[in-house]
Amino acid sequence: MSLFGFLTRRSSAPIARERLQILLSHERAVAGQSDLAAVLQEEILAVIAKHMAIERDKVQVKLDRGSDVSTLEIDIEIPATIARAAESAP
Amino acid sequence: MAKVLVVTSGKGGVGKTTSTAAIGAELAQNGKRVAVVDFDVGLRNLDLVMGAERRVVYDLINVVQGDAKLTQALIRDKRVDTLHLLPASQTRDKDALTSDGVARVVGELREKFDWVVCDSPAGIERGAQLAMHHADVAVVVTNPEVSSVRDSDRIIGLLDSKTARAEKGERIDKHLLLTRYDPVRAARGEMLKVEDVLEILSIPLLGIIPESEEVLRASNLGTPVTLGSPASAPARAYRDAARRLLGETVDMQVFAEKRGILGKLFGRRVA
Repeated sequence: MSLFGFLTRRSSAPIARERLQILLSHERAVAGQSDLAAVLQEEILAVIAKHMAIERDKVQVKLDRGSDVSTLEIDIEIPATIARAAESAP
Repeated sequence: MAKVLVVTSGKGGVGKTTSTAAIGAELAQNGKRVAVVDFDVGLRNLDLVMGAERRVVYDLINVVQGDAKLTQALIRDKRVDTLHLLPASQTRDKDALTSDGVARVVGELREKFDWVVCDSPAGIERGAQLAMHHADVAVVVTNPEVSSVRDSDRIIGLLDSKTARAEKGERIDKHLLLTRYDPVRAARGEMLKVEDVLEILSIPLLGIIPESEEVLRASNLGTPVTLGSPASAPARAYRDAARRLLGETVDMQVFAEKRGILGKLFGRRVA
């Protein structure tokens, strides 16, 4: 650093502030998103449970937020016996 | 009606225990019946900061598990009559705290005291969530530093979603307590300013506690800073913060340490 570096050194607090603002706007969005996935999972579980017995971990909900397209992935695993019974019902 | 206040932060080492002791002592000085409760099971320190480490017989876990009565575990402060401490256990781990047990003990404390001040452990796990669960009011302790601000943001999210009040759809009063603040460095652009932190976290400001040698001195002596050095800058700042908690309107100011000539010459560099 030059002899007079201390005169030209840019203050660091504005950089801290800007980094925090960017980071937290992202983290808050992610937190909101995972809540949405959890709510969806609960509601889907409740709907399925009306018609058949299902284990909690057999319903997986994933949200991926991209810049252009976001995807919602819902994966429900149903026991083979229940699936067959449902097909053969009148 | 009793109020349960949680002192929380997410990040460790920002001043939760110091603030719990100072605010608790100050509320008690105002004639309120106060219990300060250490929720940091396994890493208790509030007893030490309050100067009561040699008087601990029973602790929070003993009361939660029904091995001791609340009145047996409470330690009455020797300086302020209306101030009591419920210490954490040093030997057990956080799993020994059951949520039913904590609910029962907090309920009992509400009957006996005007203010129940809960010193939260660092982190966002079970211990911190149990400490905040029954709170009506939260004091979020934050240093003007990026990692502390980020962790406070996370804790504010938890206060709004995981507390009993939040679950009932009610509001929890959240206040920001900015600690270790150095107005000189903030003015030079070396430290986040009060306004920066307020804008980022957007919760109301309870107080600005200046960085001060008196805080370490107080913990060395086992005396809340408001009792040990009542005229010092941090003690005055905590006193105003406590008055705001009691509903008074007090102008916000940044208290500065008085320095002698030598302090003025060397103080900034050394601090």
